[in-house]
Amino acid sequence: METLTPRSSNPAHVGRSNYDEEPILGVQFDDVEQQHESSIMGMWLFLSTEIMFFGGLIGAYTIYRFMSPGEFALASHHQNVPLGAFNTVVLLASSLTMALGVRAAQLHDHRAIVRWLILTAIFGTMFLGVKAIEYTTDYREHLIPAMGFQVPAEDLEKMPDMNVGRYQMYYVLYFFMTGLHAIHLIIGIGLVLVMAYLSWRHWFSGAGETQIDVTGLYWHFIDIVWVFLYPLLYLISAHASS
Amino acid sequence: MSTIAVEPRQAIQPPDDHPEEVSYLAAGHTVRSWLLTVDHKRIALLYLVSITVMFFIGGFAAVIMRLELATPQGDVLWSADGYNRAFTLHGIVMIFFFLVPSIPATLGNFLIPMMIGAKDLAFPRINLLSWYLYIMAGALALVVLIFGGVDTGWTFYTPFSTMFSNTMVVPAAMAGFIAGFSSILTGLNFIVTVHTMRAPGLTWFRLPLFVWSMYATSLVVILGTPVLAIALALISVERLFHVGIFDPALGGDPVLFQHLFWFYSHPAVYIMILPSMAVMSEIIPCFARRPIFGYRMIAYSSIAIAAIGFIVWGHHMFVSSQSMYAGMVFSMLSFLVAIPSAIKAFNWTLTMYKGSVRLETPMLYALGFIGLFTIGGLTGLMLSTMSTDMHFHDTYFVVAHFHYIMVGGAVMGYLGGIHFWWPKMSGRMYNELLGKLSALTVFIGFNLTFFPQFVLGNLGMPRRYYEYVSEFQFLNVMSSAGASILAVGYILPLFYMLLSLRNPPNAPANPWRATGLEWQTASPPPTHNFHKTPVVTRGPYEYSPEGAEAIDGNLNTAFE
Repeated sequence: METLTPRSSNPAHVGRSNYDEEPILGVQFDDVEQQHESSIMGMWLFLSTEIMFFGGLIGAYTIYRFMSPGEFALASHHQNVPLGAFNTVVLLASSLTMALGVRAAQLHDHRAIVRWLILTAIFGTMFLGVKAIEYTTDYREHLIPAMGFQVPAEDLEKMPDMNVGRYQMYYVLYFFMTGLHAIHLIIGIGLVLVMAYLSWRHWFSGAGETQIDVTGLYWHFIDIVWVFLYPLLYLISAHASS
Repeated sequence: MSTIAVEPRQAIQPPDDHPEEVSYLAAGHTVRSWLLTVDHKRIALLYLVSITVMFFIGGFAAVIMRLELATPQGDVLWSADGYNRAFTLHGIVMIFFFLVPSIPATLGNFLIPMMIGAKDLAFPRINLLSWYLYIMAGALALVVLIFGGVDTGWTFYTPFSTMFSNTMVVPAAMAGFIAGFSSILTGLNFIVTVHTMRAPGLTWFRLPLFVWSMYATSLVVILGTPVLAIALALISVERLFHVGIFDPALGGDPVLFQHLFWFYSHPAVYIMILPSMAVMSEIIPCFARRPIFGYRMIAYSSIAIAAIGFIVWGHHMFVSSQSMYAGMVFSMLSFLVAIPSAIKAFNWTLTMYKGSVRLETPMLYALGFIGLFTIGGLTGLMLSTMSTDMHFHDTYFVVAHFHYIMVGGAVMGYLGGIHFWWPKMSGRMYNELLGKLSALTVFIGFNLTFFPQFVLGNLGMPRRYYEYVSEFQFLNVMSSAGASILAVGYILPLFYMLLSLRNPPNAPANPWRATGLEWQTASPPPTHNFHKTPVVTRGPYEYSPEGAEAIDGNLNTAFE
């Protein structure tokens, strides 16, 4: 914990906003603006690799769904649409609190930073909790591949000539994609909590504007991925039945 | 040749000499000062050492393969399976742990900040992290490949890799996954650095072409590598949980894997060759004493190669159930890549026209590169033509083709670059005579090894077989003999470069009288590269001597 002592040398600064304090400049940079710009751009580039990462999966999903639309629609029927919608709202709310946290950092308001970041982490955890409930239900209904997967009898009746492998493929992709998203979210929650703790300890030389801005970009990305995953995975049959 | 005595304009500037500031090599001598360094130059040297080790391990596997193939019977290795493991080791180590990081992680790391007049990369600690990821991945890969063995080839094709192979596919895929993160971090660092850290006055079109080419490479790295990562992750999931992602019996499609895999791995070819092209664009103007011909076209062609490289992957699937129409489109798109590549080859050649060419070691490697890369590129056109590909597919013709690009192109460029910048990196001059000898040995050994393989492929010898019919023996013996010459050519530089380190630093700041910013500081450079941030007022290749300028002044207008 020694390393986390506040960098602001004046103890009077602790607990107050230190408006005039400039962030420490890395030796490789000429000015703070260049440093900020580099960090933001680095995160955007990292997010572009993440887009390609999820893009490969969404590509695989698109191909299989295109080849077997019936099986995918039938399989997605077992998703709990209201819970998914609730989770979407939760994540969107977390993006709002994250954006308010970034704003608070720009205003050097440490109290507000900590408040908004903790709220963001709570929303993220709430999302994971709901996801856990959904996964448990899937487990009980034998819908998790490699853990006693069975095609539900009523679906076999509805579509006797179905490609059972393709039906399971929906669930393989569902768990892979939502699982990967959940891993990103767990990393995101950890990051947000670390930032909240560091802000609380006044560890940053400025108010951590750059660091919290970068964290915010990552958080919004997690949110946006879910905005794509929710319709792709939950709302297929809503479209097919209309 | 009458212009030989005329000094180039920019090289006249004396390098700033501040003896009180120590070089980056002298900045610390403890192991800790190396393993925890965030200096881009030291990290470049860490990479240089580790990829050299990898290169010789991968090369050793190639030696075993060539020994095995010297006779038609399987006799050196115990079984066909042993041969499969040897070529998988060779492929994975050479591609993921040598070729992909080779020039970017060593020369790129060392030179990009210096060429743009910066003190370091934008993210020095991420740079160090990428080296540690590389070491983790490399150690894992070596343990798996040497003590376990993987028999899938470096391509991990399904369904063999997921359903039939009994070897350690998942750990090997993990190693590829981690190595991918290492190169993503390097690529990301380069792009940000080039955007935000350029010295005052250094506009985009005053950047050295090395930087342009590295920038294009980095774009390919950050957009392609994640797709490979996801493909490897899916293979691991399928193997670990026995769910069908690529298994037809469980609703999967093995060709999907090939699409995902080649979406990265074809652009990866450009990850390997673009950095060598970067080196060429620095060496050739310097040793021809001419401004580079068609600066902007070379810069744009790097970006064009990166962009077109992403839409040609289907030419790997002409015979694996891809529709004929898709094949035709991919075939046409593949032909397109030849255009920017040819622009570069022609422009380098024209740069030498009426120049005073000095045949020193880096230039010999560069000349070798142009010839061998051209052969490799043109045979690529034969393979991207669907009808001829039916004949050549999975034969030694393909092996010869990509070795002409990867070894004749990428490795020649790498060695040329190491020789060119060795005085800057180490502060020492190597033995020029031995250098020339190595360039010549590599060139002869390379052609003797791989040219017969074009003939073998055309005669129908398939790849990846460890036994063959006896009429192919003559050409195979030739190839194995060439490989032994090539091995000498590769060991030679290792020997004389290490030997040069025994001398006290003897390299001047600018031994080649080159114009790049990196030559304007001491050899080896001080920790923060420049004593004060340089201000750039002109383009990077103002080589042309005044005397020559008066004679063909209009040629110089090609360069701004």
